[in-house]
Amino acid sequence: MGLLDGKNIVITGVLTDASLAFGVAQLAQNEGASVVLTGAGRALSLTERVARKLPRPVDVFELDVTVPEHLDNVRAALAEKWGRVDGVLHAIGFAPEACLGDDFMAPTWTDVSVALHISAYSLKALADAFAPLMTNGGSFVGLDFDNSVAWPAYNWMGVSKSALESISRYLAVALGARGIRSNLVAAGPVKTMAAKSIPGFKKFEDAWDDRAPLGWDVTDSSAVAKACVALLSDWFPATTGEIVHVDGGYHAVGA
Amino acid sequence: MDQAMFARFRKCAVEVLSVSEDQVVPEAKFGDDLDADSLDLVELVMALEEEFGVEVPEEDLEGIETVGQAYDLVVGKL
Repeated sequence: MGLLDGKNIVITGVLTDASLAFGVAQLAQNEGASVVLTGAGRALSLTERVARKLPRPVDVFELDVTVPEHLDNVRAALAEKWGRVDGVLHAIGFAPEACLGDDFMAPTWTDVSVALHISAYSLKALADAFAPLMTNGGSFVGLDFDNSVAWPAYNWMGVSKSALESISRYLAVALGARGIRSNLVAAGPVKTMAAKSIPGFKKFEDAWDDRAPLGWDVTDSSAVAKACVALLSDWFPATTGEIVHVDGGYHAVGA
Repeated sequence: MDQAMFARFRKCAVEVLSVSEDQVVPEAKFGDDLDADSLDLVELVMALEEEFGVEVPEEDLEGIETVGQAYDLVVGKL
């Protein structure tokens, strides 16, 4: 008996075997789910390659969240393959270089709009694509970094995460009547490709283990994977619009 | 440097980085000479892991700048 027996799950954002999404895909398969991966642009070939490291073979679809035809194509392919989708993991973030780093004032709206489109609006785009296939209820789960306070260097990626948090709550409202939930997992910092592109990541990393009541290992993504799989399962049936912190408890303490 | 081994390495690099064989020389820098970014390097290492049947943790890639360094890293895992 697995937590996700019989479930059809779409997982975005697998870049390498260190990706948080890879951990989710691996655990989802081990818990009985059928899984497909999606990858975008330059990263698609990486996704295809790392997919071969999963316990069971998976299909990989091209899905750039800013390209409406990709969304249509993947929905059509899954309608044919599965007929029904039960869960979607949103693990998508991108910001032009100017959006991160020392100078919050540097980027233009052109830069910022890219960050917001890919990192936040994309959750709604995935809902457009896959909610129609969630005929038996469903679960959207997104990866978040708690942005209720400002962080050094995280800048417009942080702003994008705030937008993502808000979009998830509104999706909970919009999709609730159809039994579809939308929740986020606010993870502590984990050393992934995504993290490497955040200048000042080291500052988060050092602070976290000291302050978190449970401690925090930046190289271990298994706690994040477990929380995501639990939220994708039937074990949080009355939870939506929620942000579950998987951060060793860091968010709960002031110093 | 074992020529047969390096030829296998070169085949992977040509395929993943879309460069020509004569560009893949030990002193070539991934960034400056081969126009490869960090994603390219990670993908190359995944291809090399499959080709040579080794595992290279991502943190080992820190500081790897040239073809020769990457070759030594992978062959060192054999």
